[in-house]
Amino acid sequence: MIDFSSQINGVTQIFGRRLIFKDINYSFAPGCIYGISGKNGSGKSTLSKIILGLISPTRGKVIHKSEGKEIIPEKLHDHIGFVSPYLFLYDEFTAWENILFFQKIRGIEPDIEKSKFLFEQFGIYDRRNDLLKGYSSGMKQRIKFIFALIHSPGLLLFDEPTSNLDTAGKDTVYKIIEESGRERIVIIASNESTDLGLCTKTLDVEQFKTKEN
Amino acid sequence: MKAFSLFIKDWKSELRTRYAINALAMFILVTISVILFSIGQEKISEYLTGGLLWVVIFFSAMSGLSRAFVSEEERGTTLTLQLIASPSNIFSGKLIFNVLLVFLMNLVIAFLFFILFESFVIKSTGLFWLSFLLGNLGIAVSSTIIAAIISKANSKGTLYPVLSFPILLPLILTLLELTKFAIDGETIGDSYVELFVLISYDVIMLTASYLLFDFIWKE
Repeated sequence: MIDFSSQINGVTQIFGRRLIFKDINYSFAPGCIYGISGKNGSGKSTLSKIILGLISPTRGKVIHKSEGKEIIPEKLHDHIGFVSPYLFLYDEFTAWENILFFQKIRGIEPDIEKSKFLFEQFGIYDRRNDLLKGYSSGMKQRIKFIFALIHSPGLLLFDEPTSNLDTAGKDTVYKIIEESGRERIVIIASNESTDLGLCTKTLDVEQFKTKEN
Repeated sequence: MKAFSLFIKDWKSELRTRYAINALAMFILVTISVILFSIGQEKISEYLTGGLLWVVIFFSAMSGLSRAFVSEEERGTTLTLQLIASPSNIFSGKLIFNVLLVFLMNLVIAFLFFILFESFVIKSTGLFWLSFLLGNLGIAVSSTIIAAIISKANSKGTLYPVLSFPILLPLILTLLELTKFAIDGETIGDSYVELFVLISYDVIMLTASYLLFDFIWKE
């Protein structure tokens, strides 16, 4: 199991005068699948972005530790994998080129075998040399999973992981989530009951919405 | 190495989309044609040609150099970049891309000025090319950090030259002075004050850009 932990300490997010959530304290440990639930607009994606260090919270902080040492924000991207509907890859490149570029930019030697394995697992190996702009939304969703998994991160966060996927795609994603959840931290932000059904613990954002002003 | 890989990604992307190269090529062609038409048969002074060179360079830079960050924002790939590289590597990658683009663009502009304008005669070529080198670096650094700032704004196209003008003004004024010296045939030794101003500008902008980029980049 990967030695990785994440802790949300007193995180509050306010946009303008609107309180999104207040004083969230929560810990994530490997070997468990966590869910973030809440109705539309409740702040699931905002909390996801805060966990990943993509936006700064109004108050509080998120601490990530790898092998007991706190990860500095500049290095956090090496330890996280993210899939979301608002994540876009480069349409002018093929799926294969996208994944190779991402590995090179991360500073890791492109792992052809692992790339091939993941492309096959998601059933898009035959279409790997097609430009991404020719991909359907479901295929684009599959390539996002390869993007998230290729560097073996300690924390995987999937925001609405099964959007645009067909039944076979959903099955592959659920299998990946279950496998990854055994050794890393997996967080699913979703409204889908089937997605949240995989989770062993669920953080309901609605519970942290107390009126201010 | 990570920054260089990002630069390679951007360069290949540019070769496929021609987002900046086409805009720059068209802008250079149009501005130089307009200048030539407006001059007609008149002979303009050397100093005026030197000034026009930097006017064309400034506005050409404004037409294409924002691409580095604006295209990422428009395509929604900013988040992807945040997930694969640190802010300093992203800035370095984008800076290498803009340095290459500025040098290519300005070499073409300078070449066209040399062959199309009779009065554009540089007596001190060493001084001219040294100023050209330092000036290009300054333009590339400034335009990269300004591109990062305006990429988050709504009116990107308008904001870029407006925001760039005060930041690039000291650089352009120094370059105008140095071009005048080069036309007059002054040596590098005679112009060391202006050259130091250029070097200082480049160093200050580069340092400030790296310090500020982290704050600009994060939402």
